[in-house]
Amino acid sequence: MPNKILLDSKKIEIILRRLVYELIENHKDFDETVLLGLQPRGIFFIDKILEVFKRDHPNIKIKSGILDYTFFRDDFRRSEKTLSASSTKIDFSIENKNVVLIDDVLFTGRSIKAAMSSIDTYGRPKSIELLVLIDRRFKREIPIAANYCGAKIDTFKGDRVKVLWGKKLKDNVIYIES
Amino acid sequence: MNKLSVDHLLGIKSLNENDISLIFKTASHFKEVINRPIKKVPTLRDITIANLFFENSTRTKISFELAEKRLGADIVNFSSSSSSVKKGESLIDTVNNILAMKVDMIVLRHPNPGSSLLLSQHTNSCIINAGDGAHEHPTQALLDSFSLYENLKDLKGKNILIVGDIIHSRVALSNIYTLNLLGANVKLSCPLSLLPKDIEKLNVSVETDVVKALKWCDAVNVLRVQRERMLKSYFPDNREYSMLFGLDVKKLNKIKKDILILHPGPINRGVEITSDVVESNNSLILDQVENGVAIRMAIIYLLASKMNFSINE
Repeated sequence: MPNKILLDSKKIEIILRRLVYELIENHKDFDETVLLGLQPRGIFFIDKILEVFKRDHPNIKIKSGILDYTFFRDDFRRSEKTLSASSTKIDFSIENKNVVLIDDVLFTGRSIKAAMSSIDTYGRPKSIELLVLIDRRFKREIPIAANYCGAKIDTFKGDRVKVLWGKKLKDNVIYIES
Repeated sequence: MNKLSVDHLLGIKSLNENDISLIFKTASHFKEVINRPIKKVPTLRDITIANLFFENSTRTKISFELAEKRLGADIVNFSSSSSSVKKGESLIDTVNNILAMKVDMIVLRHPNPGSSLLLSQHTNSCIINAGDGAHEHPTQALLDSFSLYENLKDLKGKNILIVGDIIHSRVALSNIYTLNLLGANVKLSCPLSLLPKDIEKLNVSVETDVVKALKWCDAVNVLRVQRERMLKSYFPDNREYSMLFGLDVKKLNKIKKDILILHPGPINRGVEITSDVVESNNSLILDQVENGVAIRMAIIYLLASKMNFSINE
């Protein structure tokens, strides 16, 4: 079966702008808020969010970092594959801050659970929110929901949702691989 | 490859270049973990590790213990002085009894070369060699090379000098294997009485003039004179050794360049190295200690990930 395009670059651009406005609505000047992109793919999505902030709202200064949660995953030793870690970069304190976790696709929710446990090793945030580009509805294995969501889609279990980020905004595309 | 090629860490000799780069990559992530406000991850919460130390150790034992605790493992410590080994129990019996209490991994330090290999062949457990006699000390060599790698990046073509008591040193042998795998050039400098026979076959060169050797190198690893292992006299006295082979500011001034200085510890200040060199800006000695925990976390993590989880239903 051919790949089915879910969102083209125009729609992604509209979603990115909306998500940024929703963040501004809730976090105003971002003095007490930090954004964390989740490894491995959320780091590309957070880059796009930061690009929109820089382009459309240059006066807002955002603290951002990247978080790897490999060592907090619940499937260690459960598969043949060794879980390979990626880098983490958080150059600021998250103690008493509002943390927004950013990932591209929300599927089973297990990654988000691991990321939230991982956050605890840096301190106690005032709040944790979740922003995702795609929410694969009805596929959650644990009770996790996103606070900000680009689009909700229905998929079969074996489907893979791919998010491709191009060098320019017009090159971005999201499709389902069956 | 994201998997180690081995199921035990018995020595560097059994590793390949990919294993070392995987260990370094994983260690750099664990180094970030141990610099967090809360330095602990729950990854190994279902693993129990026994630290079996049949020889005295401060640094290595604490380093392994911290690595295990920071990975969330349960640990038990054992030292031969307070055990049934004194009552005549064999090594394999001792370990099999410990394993019967549902221990998953063994960290072994033992005065006999090959003891880790023996255990890996006769017990059903994952073995990590924390030093076996004058044979190998793989985790020390990996942390030494990791400290060099952080500073010099690629070790390919870099000149690394090892000065000291080579013949009694398991650190020297493991370091030679590691540096060879990473493509570094290795030179040894010591009194000829402390040089093992046929060492040149391990792709190393020898230089008895330390200043000349220091001029050649990018980094020097200084090894302790292991008096406790010497059954006879290998050189007249410490003062003479220090004058000829000890690392001091006078010798370093002569080479007119900056080189990195490593020492695996424990240090005999004033014998193989002077205090001002230990505390100089080019000294990586305390970095080595910090990296030791990260390297050991990486090794335990990578070996544990090869032990598949099973629940008896």
